[in-house]
Amino acid sequence: MKKSVFTIKGIRPLAAGTYELSLAGDASAVTAPGQFVNLELPGKFLRRPISICDWGENSLLLLVKEAGAGTRELAMMSPGTKLDVLSGLGNGFDLSRIGKSPVLAGGGIGVAPLYGLARRMIECGTPPAAVVLGFRSGAESFYTDEFAALGCPVFISTEDGSLGTAGFVTDLIRDLPDCTYVLSCGPLPMLKAVHSLPQLRGGQFSFEARMGCGFGACMGCSVPVKGGCKRICKDGPVLFWEEIVW
Amino acid sequence: MVDLSVNLAGVTLKNPIIPASGTFGYGREYAGLYDLNILGSFSWKGTTKEARLGNPQPRIAEAPAGMLNAVGLQNPGIDAVIAEEVPNIAGIFHGPVIANVGGFTLEEYAENCRKLDNVEQAAILEVNISCPNVHAGGKNFGCDPRAAAEVTRAVRAATKKPVFMKLTPNVADITEIARACAGEGADGLCLINTLLGMRIDLNTRRPVIANRTGGLSGPAVLPVALRMVWDVYEAVKLPIIGCGGVDSAETAVEMMLAGASAVEVGAANLRNPYACKEIIEDLPAVCGRLGVTHISKLTGGAHL
Repeated sequence: MKKSVFTIKGIRPLAAGTYELSLAGDASAVTAPGQFVNLELPGKFLRRPISICDWGENSLLLLVKEAGAGTRELAMMSPGTKLDVLSGLGNGFDLSRIGKSPVLAGGGIGVAPLYGLARRMIECGTPPAAVVLGFRSGAESFYTDEFAALGCPVFISTEDGSLGTAGFVTDLIRDLPDCTYVLSCGPLPMLKAVHSLPQLRGGQFSFEARMGCGFGACMGCSVPVKGGCKRICKDGPVLFWEEIVW
Repeated sequence: MVDLSVNLAGVTLKNPIIPASGTFGYGREYAGLYDLNILGSFSWKGTTKEARLGNPQPRIAEAPAGMLNAVGLQNPGIDAVIAEEVPNIAGIFHGPVIANVGGFTLEEYAENCRKLDNVEQAAILEVNISCPNVHAGGKNFGCDPRAAAEVTRAVRAATKKPVFMKLTPNVADITEIARACAGEGADGLCLINTLLGMRIDLNTRRPVIANRTGGLSGPAVLPVALRMVWDVYEAVKLPIIGCGGVDSAETAVEMMLAGASAVEVGAANLRNPYACKEIIEDLPAVCGRLGVTHISKLTGGAHL
């Protein structure tokens, strides 16, 4: 973990209530896709944890969904604004433990960390077999072109059928019978539905939580797992298929 | 050169700054960030007899100038703490540790303190009779002067170490509780624990915190803590650890002027993990501006 100042380089709207935030600063503490940053925002006491979409040595790319006043005000900030950032938080996805023909499954803003994950998997010579992305509607979809530009086979589902297949990411995964391993991030009901697919033999699931500190000190985001409990911020946010309890 | 050392019931701290229980775990997370030996002490996570998983999620909410928490005394249990955390603390902090102790019965409080009596690093036992987040828990003891007196008597008999009772602000008259603890031989008092509060989610129209209520901490509670430390300082002749909303050297000094001999820093650590380090670094300059050469001389300095 590193505490440092990042500068906003740009904010690009992606869809209704969703935007891409480019930051410049020392990103050396980021070591794995699926890690997150904790942003200090003016007028807010608690920092806001945001997953890392992609990063370079001196840059961070975050996808943010407006969930409340904090993330709404962040969207209005101008380029040049400085942010106090705790970076390189959490475990991230473990590339060494990925099973055969892995599928990336993202829902809503949960697609963000899967982009950096897909890039690293491709760099390691083990690209994802497919990327399945679920949104409420076509109007709320984003980053589908960015995933396609990586060369990944992309499948899209929307709840209202306005883009791709009508339904959920679980419907798309069922149509990929060779898929027995998923790397997933999205809302809790989606993670639960993906986790319970009978075809799965393993996977990694990234969880969201309301956090006090973001670095393991306060126990605010601790959840039960098989054989004990884990802090989403420090031992997670990525939990393994076999340890998750609902 | 400003002398930052303070004395708590015979225990010397190199400075008055103590990370507050529940915001510092058993020191592990912060030991990777800075050398903990700069601290006066630290108060470890409230420890009960049995291991506790704590409350359901969510446990945390934003508040104006502060936060709510309803962690619910999640901890590995006193035996695991003595077996696993105490040896680890020996490697990361060489000063006196404040061992925060929780309980649900008089016997449990006494037993936990008895087990800590032989733990060398535990210089002071801080007895939490004020957690707002466990049902039928410590809160009941801290809200009733007779019950507070009984816990004090029980732990006093169970240990030779200095005992500081940690008091709740969720009472009509905190001085009544303070006097009850003093009357049964408490060596000091720590105040305040969090203020009971809640938030409601406009979308779900339900409380944000699964436990419905949580404890408010952060800068929002500083004036409440100052007022209560002031009142207790006037009411009893015991050393006070002031706790509540301190996030700077200036507010730490304010707490001492109100009557605190030492100062706990809680929620500020969660927002800025280096908060205690920065406060300690700033203290000499703030004392210098006030013309103070011994920080301990500030204690109660605002009283006539």
